[in-house]
Amino acid sequence: MNPNNKLSQTDVLIIGAGPAGLAAALAAAPSGARITVIDDNNAPGGQIWRDGPSAALPAAALRLREAVARCANVQLFCGTRVISAMGRNALLLENANSGWSQHFDTLILCTGGRELLLPFPGWTLPGVTGAGGLQALIKAGLPVRGERIVIAGSGPLLLAAAATARKAGARVLRVAEQASLGSVAAFAAQLVRWPSKALQALTLADPSYRAGTQLVAALGQQQVESVQLRQSGRTSTLACDRVASGFGLVPNTQLGQLLGCALNTAPGGLSALKVDAMQATSVPGIFAAGECTGFGGAERALAQGKIAGLAAVNETRAAQTVWPERTRWETFAGQLHRHFALDPGLRHMPQADTLVCRCEDVSHASLTRCSGWSDAKLHHRCGMGACQGRVCGAATQFLYGWTPPVPRPPMSPARISTLLVELTETSEVSP
Amino acid sequence: MSAATPIEFTLDGQSVRVPIGTSLAAALAVRRPGCARTSVSGQARAPLCGMGICQECRVLVDGKRRLACQTLCQNGMTVDTGTRTGHQG
Repeated sequence: MNPNNKLSQTDVLIIGAGPAGLAAALAAAPSGARITVIDDNNAPGGQIWRDGPSAALPAAALRLREAVARCANVQLFCGTRVISAMGRNALLLENANSGWSQHFDTLILCTGGRELLLPFPGWTLPGVTGAGGLQALIKAGLPVRGERIVIAGSGPLLLAAAATARKAGARVLRVAEQASLGSVAAFAAQLVRWPSKALQALTLADPSYRAGTQLVAALGQQQVESVQLRQSGRTSTLACDRVASGFGLVPNTQLGQLLGCALNTAPGGLSALKVDAMQATSVPGIFAAGECTGFGGAERALAQGKIAGLAAVNETRAAQTVWPERTRWETFAGQLHRHFALDPGLRHMPQADTLVCRCEDVSHASLTRCSGWSDAKLHHRCGMGACQGRVCGAATQFLYGWTPPVPRPPMSPARISTLLVELTETSEVSP
Repeated sequence: MSAATPIEFTLDGQSVRVPIGTSLAAALAVRRPGCARTSVSGQARAPLCGMGICQECRVLVDGKRRLACQTLCQNGMTVDTGTRTGHQG
């Protein structure tokens, strides 16, 4: 594919080069089909295998990356994002320099997930990041040596973020998990069924870990200076330099929705792309794998990606042999959802003046007076800013039970010259 | 990380040196607290999600709007955040 060549054609187009996308590419490659993988980050690996100057990738990740790189019929384009759909078999793409249309026969969506970021007082202060966000920034070279960091929210990602921060020389003062100790212990007890995960959990064991602990507020003038946490009804304040907060993962369904793929409710109550046993979505010729079909971790994503890759090149029998592996990790995902379920009390985290929509600076108080998403958009521009509701959409779903907005193109801010590609090509095709 | 061959670029008119491979979002922290933009109500904001979703880290790189978390620092590039002039990007 040449970004300057307007009509780029491929057999299988894979969106996302995380575990699911790479596994799909490798599984589909022996068919000889032309395979194109795009990813909006600078390097393949997705969020979990994020590369960077301070990243140490697991051996499995490097092996998969190298195996994909050896496939002559697989092309990988990083730093490339999807702007919109162009009819049934093409997407409008953009990288740092140009925009172009990418045509395909079969599409595999491996668009991953994003962190569930919930509003709390002070979350707009510089120094507050997501938990996975902190991990990503550290891997990308953020200097945190000697900094005091508090990590709060929910799920195993908090421990992974703490481990990354410590390795980079930070002092992790506290890892505050909202789920109860009983729930976390029950989850840990189940891990013997997935020995590799039990081992991972042991290496992440953290003396600063506290279950049943809620985030109250981040405090500071120009940046974070301290954080307030509540455990067993008692609020304590810790002086710190950074607060990293995440409440699990939200499936990235936007592109699938734009293409007409049906959603279902994944465990944990969030919407995910609906797939069948072959990872096919409701739209013929479009498959989906990994976190966009529901949060479940890298192993589940690898199994799903493999199935989708094989199914995309009609290797259905080979795809079926991967089903037991997928089932094994879907059971694991079920345990995660059960034991790290979010306490409805977290809905009381924001105060009246806490901003919920960070793009348009819309407060919790303004939104509690709205009847729903459309009302909030019309009266307060909630979700109409640069992130297009990707952050506040999931937050308002959790806080107020609103249905997140239906995505519309452009999927992300795009240059006019990119949008012109679509116009030019459409006018060339139509009489 | 090779400190011997740093990347040098201009951040809001000041010269900044970071190790090769550093993302621009990570490099913003060289100037604490590492703000990227000014919000519609005038608040200073810094990178949040680190993975290309939240758009809090959008800056101008050589005049083009880019997400700092998805941009690698390059020698000689000129970066303007919206925090010096207060312009909203």
